[in-house]
Amino acid sequence: MDDLILQFCKVDKSFFGVPVLKNVSIDIQRGHIIGMIGENGAGKSTLMNILGGVVPFDAGNMLLNGQDYVPHDPASATRAGIAFIHQELNLFTNLSIAENLFISNFPHVGKSPFLNKVRIRTKTQEYLAMVDLDLSPDTMVDKLSPGERQLVEVAKALSQDASIIIFDEPTTSLTARETERLFGIIQRLHMSGKTIIYISHILRDVLQLADEIVVLRDGEVVQTGPKKEFDIQKMISLMVGRYIGTLYPERTSKPTEQVILEARGLSKAGIVHDINFSLHKGELLGVFGLMGSGRTELAQIIFGTETYDHGEIIVDGNRRTQQSPVKSIQQNIAFVTENRREEGLLMVSTVAENLGLVTLPKFAMPVTNVMRQSALIEAVRNVVSLLHVKVNDAFKNQVKGLSGGNQQKVVLGKWLMNNPSILVVDEPTRGVDVGAKYEIYSIINDIVAKGAAVLFISSEIEELIGVCDRILVMGFGEILGCFEQADFHREKILQTAFREGGK
Amino acid sequence: MTIRETLARETIRERLGKLPRQLLMSEYFILILCVFVFVALIPFVPVIASAYNMSSLLSNIWPLYAVAIGQTLVLIIAGIDLSQGAIISLTSVIGASLIATSADPIVFSKSPIWGWLLFENGGILSSTSAGILVAVIVMLLVGLLIGFINGTVIAHAGIPAFMVTLVTQTFFAGLAIYYVKSENIINLPDGFTAIGNDSGGLISYPLLITVLLAILSQFILSRTMFGRWLYATGTNIRASIVSGVPTKKVVVLTYMFSGFCAAVASVLYSARMDMGRPTLGSSLLLDVIGGAVIGGSSLSGGKGKVLWTFFGVVFLSLLGNALSLLNVPFFWIEIAKGSVILLAALLDVTRTRILQYNV
Repeated sequence: MDDLILQFCKVDKSFFGVPVLKNVSIDIQRGHIIGMIGENGAGKSTLMNILGGVVPFDAGNMLLNGQDYVPHDPASATRAGIAFIHQELNLFTNLSIAENLFISNFPHVGKSPFLNKVRIRTKTQEYLAMVDLDLSPDTMVDKLSPGERQLVEVAKALSQDASIIIFDEPTTSLTARETERLFGIIQRLHMSGKTIIYISHILRDVLQLADEIVVLRDGEVVQTGPKKEFDIQKMISLMVGRYIGTLYPERTSKPTEQVILEARGLSKAGIVHDINFSLHKGELLGVFGLMGSGRTELAQIIFGTETYDHGEIIVDGNRRTQQSPVKSIQQNIAFVTENRREEGLLMVSTVAENLGLVTLPKFAMPVTNVMRQSALIEAVRNVVSLLHVKVNDAFKNQVKGLSGGNQQKVVLGKWLMNNPSILVVDEPTRGVDVGAKYEIYSIINDIVAKGAAVLFISSEIEELIGVCDRILVMGFGEILGCFEQADFHREKILQTAFREGGK
Repeated sequence: MTIRETLARETIRERLGKLPRQLLMSEYFILILCVFVFVALIPFVPVIASAYNMSSLLSNIWPLYAVAIGQTLVLIIAGIDLSQGAIISLTSVIGASLIATSADPIVFSKSPIWGWLLFENGGILSSTSAGILVAVIVMLLVGLLIGFINGTVIAHAGIPAFMVTLVTQTFFAGLAIYYVKSENIINLPDGFTAIGNDSGGLISYPLLITVLLAILSQFILSRTMFGRWLYATGTNIRASIVSGVPTKKVVVLTYMFSGFCAAVASVLYSARMDMGRPTLGSSLLLDVIGGAVIGGSSLSGGKGKVLWTFFGVVFLSLLGNALSLLNVPFFWIEIAKGSVILLAALLDVTRTRILQYNV
């Protein structure tokens, strides 16, 4: 009965004296789908990096097909039949699909130095067919959507004849449709006897896909077992080590009738079309949309990092004439962007430098622009403790060293220091673990309770249903529907987004 | 953690012991190195420690440092200013043409300024009492103007700084030569050459002016909002824009400051050499950027300090001085300087990695 393909036996690993994996033992059955879950920093990535030959382990051993397995580098892991599909995809965007597939092992014409283009093309077509991609092998990777790139990665794994395929958070940048498609492919790989390790924060997906579930916490395996022993509530409490009664904090305030932000007929060619909505004081207005629906572009237009062709934006009764982040900030609008790394944070700067960035003008003396250092330091301290940012020394430690949740708190914190009356948040909980999500919702609730209005953009319906007063549904650059709290219904919202419902 | 980060962490940990790592990471690494080189050379060339040599070494350092301060600020915003040399040359001839006490008609009659700015009995301002002050102000304004052109094109047209300043470097270096038809303007008034005169021991005008410039820049960087904006813009311009940093204004002002620093250095150099020289700044570029980079400013932006650059400039000058005292031929000195700058760039990469992973 037991046909183990891979065993971790008491594997230890520490980085600079900090143990990240402690005595990890996992048995993996051939042909199973293993769902691996745990908070950020629980050790999932390190364990997979060990398996993929990226880092060595300190103690213990690994058995692959019953044989000792010690990969020295990623190439030897590949030869051993292990393929690792990363969160950040590792494709060369300036090369074609075919070139990506054979990059490490181009077939030659006989023994000559010339590449066998015909063989490369036909083989690539074969592998693409296996993952249902109807694309020419010569398509450049930068022309592909994130979902298609993911599938090219899978095709690459197949081309290397992998027997174990690791997926690390594969769906973070995929739309619902692409996700469904990927799951179909994963099921097919499963049927053909491949072993899959699937790492994700989206517990519902893990529960849907996996045969067995492994829960890691603080570098230790806290539980393993077949899927039927788990439900979402249990998975969460195992991951965080305590019972979380609810995923979403209680709202303590009600929205008012006073309109603070209004969009009238906003249009930008090819991006958004005729957007109308109003945001009220004390309201938490959700915007649901899939990738490419125009949700992020709408946020950028409202904040002023993007322009628009027609329509008007009315803030607090005044028609907006100038479009710029500086103007928006003066009107107390805040914008938590979708990607923390590129647009949210100065990753190599300290927590304090990041927190102070937006409010610098308020702490600068007139004319000379000399900073009132002590006042700024005081304000930074207050925000750090108010938001419970976990950092040793906010004035010395770089943001880069913080966990995703704490990084996001820093982004929120830098805007909170400016007392926003309108807060636009775009995917604020992406890449953030369950515990920190709860905290982020709480922070947003507090802002709303103080009378600010929040535009909450997300591609996770559950979180919008959990926190919002009203949900706008966007798709194809338009607002396709609006749901009041009483009518919140997962399927209906999704149907509206796909224009499959009543409309 | 991505694969690359993890790998980098591991290699750095394995390759470096604790002490070398601390030394490498120290802010004063280059200063320590300078002292070490200096002391080590005394037995071979005792003259290096002589008062005369020290004072000549320092008088070379001050104007170079003034230029490098401006370059440091530009490097912090992840830019580069290749036009500083041309600014030095152009402001030198413009300033000198205004205040020269006499000019040889045979030499200058073909120059475009002959007859309306420059005459046989000197520059147009040579007879006015405030002439020197006005000439210096004009030089500084020209520096600011060229910086403004650089900054505006970079910020608003979005052309890379390298390209823009390469073009302005070529253009204004050419203009400087055209302006005087490649002749040096000599016979500058005593009041002007006194600025560059450093025979009065260690405390001299160049020292005072440059140190003042350094203190001012350091104050701007560490104590003002503009300084914060400068570092933020260089670290992540996208995030800075979203956070309401007026990045275009920051870029324009920084290049203006860079031009200003070059003009200050031009005043010091021209006064010391007692001439307006159309090629005055043509060979300075490597020393300026090298000094800043050796000091620890990063070519990728967000990092740099005025004090660090001082160490870098001292180190490079000391190296040149020592090698020439050792009678090493000129071309070998250039080769050595180039190698050291390459090493410094390598050091920068290593440091950045170490800092990134908080080893």
